[in-house]
Amino acid sequence: MDGGGGGRGRTETIMREIERLRAEREELDRRIRLLESQLRVGGAPLPPSLPAEAEATGLQLQPAAAAGLTVDMINRYTRHLLLPDFGIEGQRKLSQSSILLVGAGALGSPVAMYLAASGVGCLGIVDADQVQIGNLHRQVIHIEAYIGQPKVKSAAAACRAINSSIKVFEYHITLNPSNALDIVRQYDIVIDTTDNLPSRYMISDCCVLMNKPLISGAAVGLEGQLTVYHHNGSPCYRCIVPNPPPPATSQSYSDNGILGALPGVIGCLQALEAIKVASAVGEPLCGRMLLFDALSSHIRIDKIHGSLPSCKVCGKNPVFTKEDFGKFDYESFTQSSMSKKSKKLSLSNLLPENARVSCTHYKRLLDIGRPHLLLDVRPAHHFQIASIAHSINIPLPELEEKLPLLRDSMRRVAAADEPLLGSNRRQTQHCPLYVICRRGDDSQVAVHILRENGFLFASDVAGGLESWAKEVDPSFPLY
Amino acid sequence: MHLTLEFGGGLELLLEKSTKVHKVDVPPKDGEGKVTVSGLLSWVKSNLIKERPEMFLKGDSVRPGVLVLINDCDWEICGGLDAELEEKDVVIFISTLHGG
Repeated sequence: MDGGGGGRGRTETIMREIERLRAEREELDRRIRLLESQLRVGGAPLPPSLPAEAEATGLQLQPAAAAGLTVDMINRYTRHLLLPDFGIEGQRKLSQSSILLVGAGALGSPVAMYLAASGVGCLGIVDADQVQIGNLHRQVIHIEAYIGQPKVKSAAAACRAINSSIKVFEYHITLNPSNALDIVRQYDIVIDTTDNLPSRYMISDCCVLMNKPLISGAAVGLEGQLTVYHHNGSPCYRCIVPNPPPPATSQSYSDNGILGALPGVIGCLQALEAIKVASAVGEPLCGRMLLFDALSSHIRIDKIHGSLPSCKVCGKNPVFTKEDFGKFDYESFTQSSMSKKSKKLSLSNLLPENARVSCTHYKRLLDIGRPHLLLDVRPAHHFQIASIAHSINIPLPELEEKLPLLRDSMRRVAAADEPLLGSNRRQTQHCPLYVICRRGDDSQVAVHILRENGFLFASDVAGGLESWAKEVDPSFPLY
Repeated sequence: MHLTLEFGGGLELLLEKSTKVHKVDVPPKDGEGKVTVSGLLSWVKSNLIKERPEMFLKGDSVRPGVLVLINDCDWEICGGLDAELEEKDVVIFISTLHGG
């Protein structure tokens, strides 16, 4: 026995214990490397095998390298590593995670940039659209040089420019029931930043079937919403909205507008939630919904119910299978479209043919100088963006109460045309009145109202200002 | 009963001047000393909604896609249509959004 005293004996015991733990750690690292190499052989996307690289450079004995970070990573993510709650372990998990972003638009822009910058291992981006000039005020990942090119190409280039050490995969497609399972399968987490109802249902169903957490954000006008579905007992989209809302209630950027920085806020929060889920740090927004009102600067976080036992997709006895998913028609379920072009159903049959004129026909009347009145029934703030020079504006909801005003205007037109006869009721009614709006729907409703109120010569300018710009005046700004 | 009602996600467009926050005094139904969510819905329909009630209600309840939150808690947790409201409760009606 050692006569040197208990102190030295205790030190040796501790040293032996440290050595034993180090050996155990190396053994664990070796097993992790082996498993990772098996995954690579299988063809699944995987971040660079960091422990292997570290070993090659003789750094494997450094504590950080043992936890899975190279010197380059330590340099890049220093400020993450300094966070006690995140640290090496959080960064390592993030660098080994793969995240699928559906939508490279306003919400998707900050999501992609922050995930790339933060060092997610693998980022997939799905979007079928091309970059347009009208996107740039809010879709901050895209730049002018990419106008006309696929958003996924633009977004992926931006992500790679921020961080060349991550893997970025581009999917220039619309995610649909026939391709979603195969794509979602390859990722750990899904982020929904799409702009339509059928995609929301489809992505949620797909995530439940593939058992992936879903970070769902939405924004319209001046409000945003955010929650994490199908994670830690949280509900799926169908638990919260079992039946689709009627299409008329659906709001979109192209009709309702959006303040550019608002989706930026919600997108940043989505990125944050995704990083928390990927790194298993903190409490993700499960069973809670964040509601953001930009106008009043109010943020509320409300408790929502968990997964419903009766939910047919994520409940106790789910009946919705992958096969059902593949066949499910999300567009007819929600009565709305996944792609932008056909989102609005046209009211083309509301009026009889004699109550409508084409834009080119109207232009001819204008050219021959026939007296008439052109009534624009768009909201006042639309009218201020651009209008046809001689038109007057009465927004559709105000039309009925402003009919006397309209009669006065028409009397003036009639009087100017035939000053000797003066104005009378009969003339007023026979003064041609043309009605225009943005796309030709509201103007039909207006003509219907006008004819019922005695304006028998009211006609709709078919297709509205969109058709006017296409058929008559290409310089008219489409918005 | 004094309640604060908030409308969001576009539902405010159905109300006068699109006002989001309404401080209201809702009387209990005749013969009942209490105000339930169900009673509140019919009160809102007759007193606040100015147009297109079908954008807010369907049958006796809210239309699909409208969340009801009582004091920051999902009404489904609080008892749904039968949930009893208390003095100074805050009830939020919000339409789920899906723009991105």
